[in-house]
Amino acid sequence: MSNNSQEPRAKANSYLDMELLRFTTAGSVDDGKSTLIGRLLFDSKSIFQDQMDQVAISSERKGLEHTDLALLTDGLKDEREQGITIDVAYRYFATPKRKFIIADTPGHIQYTRNMVTGASTANCALLLVDARKGVIEQTQRHSIIASLLKIPHVIVCINKMDLVDYSEETFEQIKEDYEAFASKLEVKDVRFIPISALNGDNVVNRSENMSWYEGSTLLYTLENIHIGSDYNHIDCRFPVQTVIRPKNDRYHDYRGYAGRIASGVFKPGDEVTVMPSGFSSKIKSIDTYDGELEEAFAPMSVTIQLEDEIDIGRGDMIVRTGNKPQMLQDIEVMLCWLNVKGPKPRAKYILRHTTAEVKTMIQEITYKLDISTLHRNEEDKDVTANDICKVKLRTTKPLLADAYRKNRITGSLILVDEATNETVAAGMIV
Amino acid sequence: MSSYNLTHIKELEAEAIYILREVFAQFENPAILFSGGKDSICVAHLARKAFFPAKIPFPFVHVDTGHNFPETIEFRNNYVEELGVKLIVGSVQKSIDDGAAAEEKGKNASRNAIQTVTLLDTIEEHGFDACIGGARRDEEKARAKERFFSHRDEFGQWDPKNQRPELWNIFNGRCHQGENFRVFPLSNWTEMDVWQYILSENMSLPSLYFAHDRKVIRRSNTWLPVSEFITIADDEEVVTKRIRFRTLGDITITGGDESDADTLEKIVDEVAAARQTERGNREDDKRSETSMEDRKKQGYF
Repeated sequence: MSNNSQEPRAKANSYLDMELLRFTTAGSVDDGKSTLIGRLLFDSKSIFQDQMDQVAISSERKGLEHTDLALLTDGLKDEREQGITIDVAYRYFATPKRKFIIADTPGHIQYTRNMVTGASTANCALLLVDARKGVIEQTQRHSIIASLLKIPHVIVCINKMDLVDYSEETFEQIKEDYEAFASKLEVKDVRFIPISALNGDNVVNRSENMSWYEGSTLLYTLENIHIGSDYNHIDCRFPVQTVIRPKNDRYHDYRGYAGRIASGVFKPGDEVTVMPSGFSSKIKSIDTYDGELEEAFAPMSVTIQLEDEIDIGRGDMIVRTGNKPQMLQDIEVMLCWLNVKGPKPRAKYILRHTTAEVKTMIQEITYKLDISTLHRNEEDKDVTANDICKVKLRTTKPLLADAYRKNRITGSLILVDEATNETVAAGMIV
Repeated sequence: MSSYNLTHIKELEAEAIYILREVFAQFENPAILFSGGKDSICVAHLARKAFFPAKIPFPFVHVDTGHNFPETIEFRNNYVEELGVKLIVGSVQKSIDDGAAAEEKGKNASRNAIQTVTLLDTIEEHGFDACIGGARRDEEKARAKERFFSHRDEFGQWDPKNQRPELWNIFNGRCHQGENFRVFPLSNWTEMDVWQYILSENMSLPSLYFAHDRKVIRRSNTWLPVSEFITIADDEEVVTKRIRFRTLGDITITGGDESDADTLEKIVDEVAAARQTERGNREDDKRSETSMEDRKKQGYF
């Protein structure tokens, strides 16, 4: 950006060569989450002057002596009045290396559903721990959700280090406590960073107060975490969204299957099978508006033409002949219940999975998971909003599915209430 | 493995195309809300890509306040013809004439708020069950909480506290008769992303976005274009400035910035260096801290 000798075209193009990282932030009410996000936005120079002026005015109105960066993330009227976050809010910032999407989720107990929502698309979870309090129930809850939703990377930010005299001992103790607890979870990549969001230590700039810390700052970590292997590039799965038939003179016989590649790499000439019909064919071409592609991979949106005419529609899946998903009608699922109204025994729902829609019945609730302790409660199976439980589902037609741990797209589903049309639960196929 | 990485713009493009195809597959009668501004032009461009080599399968709806920049209308007409799509115009003037909406009075009068009446009437008249718009979450704090598929009740209203959760890439567009959805394929785009995309795709835009000489007055810290629709006070002086517009709304409320950026490259560099948000020059957002939130609840875009 600072290189003025370059031609304008080349300079403008340099903004185009960035990766996208989606992360979610979780924390309790007072552990400084909003301040941290405000700090990231402010120190990465993503805040505009008029937004900053607004925050300065609001801070003054509240009688604060400093400009409260947390106010940068203030949302709706009720939230401002009550000083809480009700819903997932999405924030954006960019550095020359990456563009970031933050799913900022509220931390109170009753908002598990929002955390699950934010976590479902995240590459990385940012967990905040108050250095004075250490690992508390809330931290454990957030970690369990990150683990259940298979967020590939977790960064534990031990915040408010300024309030514990920037003590290395405190940091090490919390890290040890967290690792002891996290050993029960399936999180592959966990990192720890001591920060003070309020003063900016180790957020964007290195802290002068913690020379004992030799790791990276938070922003540097976010910019450099390897996300290239977060997508499954092995199992080829192409759920068909819709069929493209132009029916004009030029493309009279054109029949293309439009969709977004869920996983794997597809090439023209590949032997494929269309499920559930089981017919085999070869990929004739992979089309886009910008021309035919030599290969296409997740998460690209493309249109596939096959060599043979096969009856294919929405909900079908094109896969590699040698690597098929399971066809499941009795499905074990970890469900996060999202609606205030819990499930009735043997209740029926509409189930949506990739581009398919079927009906389903909850056959059995196997157990309810205590997301603070991982305890499996097989006695109390009374499920309400924000509960996580393991269930057995029976569907009217088979799902073309993979285990969620192998594939976040073909392993996830939602349940919709037939009467209200509300999304009542989110599920991960075991 | 790293060769299987998309750049952020390509990933956003793939996401938006996926959303547009979901709208086509899930709804009976969807439409694109087309204002002739850069965001709706981006949506139209993405729709072209999503259904290629077929035509865009949605009609375009323009809510015409009557207070337009002539350049926007000219661009709209040409673009619609080029794409071969049907254009439906909802007229705010007609809503006023029919007595459904009342004109604001006073020096800063605008037709921004009463557009909602015309929009909702147009949706009802044509029975649209999904309206695709170019709104982005980075624009404004109320929009930061929007869903891709935003449910509206039978009165067209948004209930921010009772939104459907959106997980992974599964979108629930089921609705009852009379209800409808607003769908925002550009939700995750920023102003910068939109400009980068316009540049990399070499899209054409209304000339208003590029620096040009125009007669303006200074009002509310911005250069407001002189038009037949605004009343110039005695103490306001008409001057000619080299300006460009960062957003396009009604000619009565859209202020310009002094600028020499007359190419897309220069605009991208200018956006990168900008110190003000793009809506900072929009009179409609300045009325109160919650003006966008309030308008959205009523059924605004």
